[in-house]
Amino acid sequence: MRMMKKAAFKRVALAATLLLLAAGAASAQTTIKWLHLEVNPNQVKIWEDVARDFEAKNPGVRVETQFLENEAYKAKLPSMLQSKDRPQIIYSWAGGVLKSQIEAGVLEDIGAQLGDIKNNLSPAAVEAFTSDGKIYGIPYAQSQVGFFYNKELMAKAGVDGAAIKTWDDLLEAVKKLKAAGVTPLMVGGADKWPLHFYWTYLAVRAGGKPAFDAALRGENGGFAGETFVKAGQLFKQLVDLQPFQNGFLGFKNPQALGAFGDGKAAMTLAISSAYHQQRALSADKKGISDDNLGFMDFPTVAGGKGEASDTLGGINGWLVTKGAPKETVTFLKYFVSQDVQKKLAAGNFLIPVYKGADEGLASPLMRTVAQNLAKSKYHQNYYDQSLGPSVGRVVNDVTAEIAGGSMTPEAAAKSIQEAFKQGN
Amino acid sequence: MTLLNQIAETPTRAFRVRRPFDSGKFTAAIIFLPPALLLFTLFVMMPVIEAAWYSGFNWNGFGSPKNWIGLDNYRFVFDSRAFGLAFRNNILIIAVSLLIQLPLALSMALILAQKFRGAVALRMLFFMPYILAEIATGLIFSFVYDGDYGLLAAIYRLFGAEAPHLLASPQTSMLAILIVVVWKYFGFHMMLFIAALQGMDRNLVEAATIDGATRWQKLRYIVIPLLYPTIRLSAFFAIVGSLQLFDLIMPLTRGGPADSSHTMVSFLYTFGVMRMRVGFGSAVGVILFCICVTFAFTYKRWMMRDE
Repeated sequence: MRMMKKAAFKRVALAATLLLLAAGAASAQTTIKWLHLEVNPNQVKIWEDVARDFEAKNPGVRVETQFLENEAYKAKLPSMLQSKDRPQIIYSWAGGVLKSQIEAGVLEDIGAQLGDIKNNLSPAAVEAFTSDGKIYGIPYAQSQVGFFYNKELMAKAGVDGAAIKTWDDLLEAVKKLKAAGVTPLMVGGADKWPLHFYWTYLAVRAGGKPAFDAALRGENGGFAGETFVKAGQLFKQLVDLQPFQNGFLGFKNPQALGAFGDGKAAMTLAISSAYHQQRALSADKKGISDDNLGFMDFPTVAGGKGEASDTLGGINGWLVTKGAPKETVTFLKYFVSQDVQKKLAAGNFLIPVYKGADEGLASPLMRTVAQNLAKSKYHQNYYDQSLGPSVGRVVNDVTAEIAGGSMTPEAAAKSIQEAFKQGN
Repeated sequence: MTLLNQIAETPTRAFRVRRPFDSGKFTAAIIFLPPALLLFTLFVMMPVIEAAWYSGFNWNGFGSPKNWIGLDNYRFVFDSRAFGLAFRNNILIIAVSLLIQLPLALSMALILAQKFRGAVALRMLFFMPYILAEIATGLIFSFVYDGDYGLLAAIYRLFGAEAPHLLASPQTSMLAILIVVVWKYFGFHMMLFIAALQGMDRNLVEAATIDGATRWQKLRYIVIPLLYPTIRLSAFFAIVGSLQLFDLIMPLTRGGPADSSHTMVSFLYTFGVMRMRVGFGSAVGVILFCICVTFAFTYKRWMMRDE
């Protein structure tokens, strides 16, 4: 017994010494911790390759990728950012959350280090990470929300996706699809934000940029004003047709995208990245093939003040946290360099922000999205990001409630305004 | 999350019997008390006080809290429709635990405490769900309830009917969760009763048999009264469990649709933590803490005074 204890103790001591040695060796080089939320293994693989390439070119620097699930990330972020072992690079959707991070002083101004490289990137995307002339992060992708449709299923009901231009066209198409026994729309209602796209896009179409800016200033009744009530009413018109799949309030987004890829519904309103996600998440991993998959812009509404070219979507980027080594920015510069952006574009994973890299998009569908974004004069970031979590999530809540029939459009607009006044 | 742990801690603490130390034990107390007291203060009292302090601020968790808003967070909590629903759901879970789960567990225990072939195997079978992790249970049942591919859908189809999406409707989501709660926890309560039955003095039952008591009379006048302490304990666990219920809700419904299936803890998480409203979340935590403490002390005073 005694002998065994001694041996065990020795082993522990040895292990501890080795660990110390290993730690000593590791500290001799710079480690950059890079936190992302990407679930598609194909895209992560390209990122890993980029990291390895960078390490090969810069000896002594180690890039370590970390992953957190989307919702878990949002919950952990504040405490993580204020801890000592925070990652050096974190994911961001810009908007209200970025604003509070800047105010808290947990981010690094990387403007000086970026230098001219920012001129090669889409100005609107860089602008999203700029505040008071300081740049806190670097964008790497943009996206647009729009309707993806299954051409085969649409044809079954005699509907042409390309011909849907107005909200009434869409309502008409939904009616026809229902009559033909096809589920018109697939949505991940349990996650709520896929439903908020409808309401937000309707608000963008109905009021345009002026209405949103006025609401932020609290004018015209704020978010309880006419534009936002109208968005809810128009959305209600759609909801009343019962366009969504059975049990849509219980579907999570990946589940819904997968089901769309399986051909269970004719259309889905989704972020442009759904192009590759519907494949990865479908049952046969192939999803809807290119020639059967269509994309259309969100329809315009009668009497709307917004331009037809206005877009709703996201801007994704990387933030550099306070105290990160200067190699972090070197790495990010490499990450958004033309070669890497082209490589990602070739896989159709994202709409690149590097000027000209969108020509590398192999899929015509994704090229259309890139052109839409280039034409757009008003690109609205997702409300649940741009308004910050405390107000944005109320937008998600109330749109899900309108969809579930438990709230009127007027009450919905009013609760957003109340959350906005409570603010944070 | 420390807040939840500490809330979980509170009722059991209230349980502990306080004994006035006599002179001989005083030295022992001087030596042994400080470590425990220190840990208790650091990890239980401090977070409670901190939460109470934060609940007065409008704060998103970045930097230090500055924007003092007094009791407004409490007003926001009580104004929230979702909190009302969450409170109702907690009461509902307690009611179902006491009125359905407890009698079910008791009757199963009365059957399975007897010695017959397969009794032990059946006990194991009923106890099994309790061993399963809550998250795993939630995921399993979200598949079972799935209206397209789930087990329930298959059963409905057998009878040629269209399966409902239980978790996707505000009217049925809570019902679906209650079924899982009963399924998961009744085995635990059954085991409590079996243990009590086995530790029971059989002489009393034998004496009653000799006196000519019927089975029902033995059960009604001897066995159940002897089980009272265990019944009270079981009820205590059921109520505390309801106040803590969180990890089953998340994989099943995340409190939705339309906030119909929140418990107070999942409400705290969704509206406090996920929305970065630390002050608001703290206010919910403080309210929850008060409910737990009040309950623990009242229960101890009124129900468990004999022990």
